[in-house]
Amino acid sequence: MSTYWWLARWSYLTFILREASSVFVGWTVLLTLVQIWALTHGPSANAAFHEWMRYPLMLGVNVIAFLFVLFHAVTWFGLTPKAMVIRVKGQRVPDWAISGPNYAAWVLVSLGVAWVVLRG
Amino acid sequence: MASRITIEVTRYNPARDPEPRMTSYEVPLHREWVVLDALNCIKDHLDGSLTFRWSCRMGVCGSCGMMINGVPKLACATFLSDYAPGPVRVEPMRHFPILRDLVVDTSDFLMKLARSKPWIIRTVEKPADEEHIQTPAQLEEYRQFSMCINCLLCYAACPIYGLDPQFTGPAAIALAQRYNMDSRDEGASERLDSLSNREGIWGCMFVGECTQVCPKHVDPAGAIQQYKLTAATEWLKAMVLPRGAK
Repeated sequence: MSTYWWLARWSYLTFILREASSVFVGWTVLLTLVQIWALTHGPSANAAFHEWMRYPLMLGVNVIAFLFVLFHAVTWFGLTPKAMVIRVKGQRVPDWAISGPNYAAWVLVSLGVAWVVLRG
Repeated sequence: MASRITIEVTRYNPARDPEPRMTSYEVPLHREWVVLDALNCIKDHLDGSLTFRWSCRMGVCGSCGMMINGVPKLACATFLSDYAPGPVRVEPMRHFPILRDLVVDTSDFLMKLARSKPWIIRTVEKPADEEHIQTPAQLEEYRQFSMCINCLLCYAACPIYGLDPQFTGPAAIALAQRYNMDSRDEGASERLDSLSNREGIWGCMFVGECTQVCPKHVDPAGAIQQYKLTAATEWLKAMVLPRGAK
């Protein structure tokens, strides 16, 4: 197979981007852990972390990471109805009934996190 | 619409050619003609040595799978007019060794299919005069996966199979799942033993192209993900429950 097989079809490219998005998910997890560490080590550590996050390079990387994490989440939720088959009264429930609660949980958790972070 | 169309076909005779080459033929472009009609026209009127598989002409036998303009399709279900003004490129199915022209060697799939045990396994056989009763709802559980015609378009579409020939592949796993979900079957754990590994279900990275190209809407990608969920649940049960999952 050609090294560039993933450029032959849009679906292959989407697949490779989805796989690559895992790197950015890992990066975001790492960053969150560092942020928690900074928060638990006093105001100066926290300020240093925020200073670090303001570097243009970090801002650029984090914007890309955010887009990839978003892509990862959307494609992941899109795939859940494939793996989970739920039948009610003999009928398979529609895809949105499986991916919908995932999106709802995502929004709720995000709102919870936003409340904790932004309440001052 | 033009009255003729050019078909570029892979020609390969292992006894004579060092490698496959493309040859162009011009055939009439009729609105009702499919690619298989064009190939038969070439064979009947232009070059009798062109070799390809076909049988039913109606998308049931699964014999005429080939790459049409780079996409795995059944030649009998692909209209020439959709590719007008052409040319149409017809190649053998990707990821399989070519035997001659458009005919590929499918022995690897047949070997893997047997590993999936696509038949009803019973621990205790019922007497011959007793029926295995199945309700319509139970039939519906696996009906979609039973529509597979072994055309192997899913293998030609799967880059994982192309990169790792050890991978069992979409159709064989979907057929295993078809029997797992059959209420008459008792062989799920037997199949899980041979398919819950890197060459089996865990080799699938869910590209999803197998489902896209399936002419019978079997959804092999879905079957494999459902199988993974079952395997993960069984693994968890084996870890948590005192007597394991079995």
